Amino acid sequence: MTAVLDQPSVLTAPAPDRKYQRQRRLAWIGKHSIAIALGIMFVTPVVYLVLLSLMTSDQALTADYWPNTWHPENYVRVFQVTPLPHYLLNTVVYAVSSTVLVLLSSVPAAYALAKLKFRGSNALFLLVICVMMLPPQVVTVPLYLMWANAGLTGSLWPLIIPALFGDAFCIFLLRQFLLTIPSEYLDAARVDGCGEWRTLLRVVLPMARPGIAAAGLFQFFYCWNDYYGPLLYTSENESSWTLSLGLASFHSVHHVDWNLVTAATVLAMAPLIVIFFFAQRAFVQGITLTGFKG
Amino acid sequence: MTAKPLGVRVRKGATTLSFLAPALIGIAVFFLYPLGSAVYFSFTKFDLLSVPEWVGLDNYRRMADDPFLLQSIRNTLWMVVVFVPVRIIGAIGLSMLLTQLRRGTGFFRTLFYLPALVPPVAATIAFVYLLKPGTGPVNHFLSTIGIEGPLWFNSPTWAKPSLVLLGLWAIGDLMVIFLAAVLGVPASLYEAASLDGANAWQRFRSITLPTIRPVVLFAAVTGVIYTLQYFDQAAVAGSIASGQATVGGGISSNFGFPEGSTFTYPLWLYTVGFRYSALGYANALAIGLFVVALAVTLILLRRAKAFSGEEQ
Repeated sequence: MTAVLDQPSVLTAPAPDRKYQRQRRLAWIGKHSIAIALGIMFVTPVVYLVLLSLMTSDQALTADYWPNTWHPENYVRVFQVTPLPHYLLNTVVYAVSSTVLVLLSSVPAAYALAKLKFRGSNALFLLVICVMMLPPQVVTVPLYLMWANAGLTGSLWPLIIPALFGDAFCIFLLRQFLLTIPSEYLDAARVDGCGEWRTLLRVVLPMARPGIAAAGLFQFFYCWNDYYGPLLYTSENESSWTLSLGLASFHSVHHVDWNLVTAATVLAMAPLIVIFFFAQRAFVQGITLTGFKG
Repeated sequence: MTAKPLGVRVRKGATTLSFLAPALIGIAVFFLYPLGSAVYFSFTKFDLLSVPEWVGLDNYRRMADDPFLLQSIRNTLWMVVVFVPVRIIGAIGLSMLLTQLRRGTGFFRTLFYLPALVPPVAATIAFVYLLKPGTGPVNHFLSTIGIEGPLWFNSPTWAKPSLVLLGLWAIGDLMVIFLAAVLGVPASLYEAASLDGANAWQRFRSITLPTIRPVVLFAAVTGVIYTLQYFDQAAVAGSIASGQATVGGGISSNFGFPEGSTFTYPLWLYTVGFRYSALGYANALAIGLFVVALAVTLILLRRAKAFSGEEQ
């Protein structure tokens, strides 16, 4: 993990006498007990879901926590008896293509905002922040009409095409990261006769890898989790549904098979948790970057 | 700076433009143009099959006596007043706790963070199951210690508090932001205060809190913005708790269940636009949302230094 997070506790002071030491040991036990209790509360919902997904459908309707018999085959069945494979495929198509395209279109813009001096750069940056901050529902109706006129509602296109033209949050995050790269490196490249594009590709990109990884992860997670977009554009055509949309309506179609509903729910969150464990560092750094600076 | 020859300046401008072109097109086509359209449409009346017809301020007048709108504003305000502060206090508490631990800090940090990774729809389904009034494990647990649990998502009083619980569970992002801020407080300040005999609460009040104040402001503003667009969890919780979730069209008739208590402003906007096809009125609602969100954003932008980093 990042060095800053591994600093030792900041509130320790030298311990002069035994009474003081005993007090501190009690405080230590108290704090760790609270942490353990909270930790249990944080994992309980996920553990409960996993246990439910391994029960028979009859038992899943009861108040039991623990499966009488274990049924890992629920995870195979959910692929066979529900449209889950379809939802999964749509979600992967949406999340992967959108992430790749957003990075391709956002990195140059973020670079220009962070490192190139041009008139109106401050105004443009404020505009990017406004786009990032304003609720998507503000422009929902005109955007929907736009895509409906183009005949693309009911498909994944209205979700993927905008990625070609950058994403405000991604531009913001990348800019914050690129600001941390010293301009001396870029000046050196320019002195060596590199054009701006070559400077970006040869010098900046390799140094910006952690920032790009964080931005890519956020975009991927956003698309994977997105409910509002797919609800708006694809709800009329079930063959375009994504996991989020499918899961939300699963319940009605398979309402007696809670074990299968929960198995699908676990499958929807599993990839994200696996990715997180591989990319924890980039993730935490990215979240910290979105916070306040200065 | 000495003036450069025109040719150089034009070429430099062209290079900059080539970097920015996709984003500029994106902002124009997917933000500015639809925003302008929304303003125009808000003065018209139409549905998916008809042409916009100018009706002046009718839609805005309609907002004044729309009981559902009033209810959705009340629900969203409730979330702003309760959800946002509770999440901030929770995140500060968790990050303070983490800095106090001597063992397993990394383990607990990961544990507290993980729920933030669970997709909102999946998390909402999990909570509706956990809090199921009859057979859910939470009420089952409460009854074994002699407490009769509430109806949670099935009660108009408890539905929003249940959403707050869900939001507290997924507090990880905010916690990481506060953790970085709390760890950024210089240790020398704490040492000085300890020597002066300040206890833990006094140290928190007089050192930690003032130092992380900008982060609290940031969290409050982004929290309000998040609450203004709060949609997914409210929509899914309402449909699933009501037991007859979305069929076909994916557009539920059970938004707001129970008794409209989870009808947030964006949910009402969506319903007006895409279920009732009152597109003009929906745009008026959108402009209302825009004005409020812009005002909140400006609070943060007044502290623009916070956003612009070191070089400006």
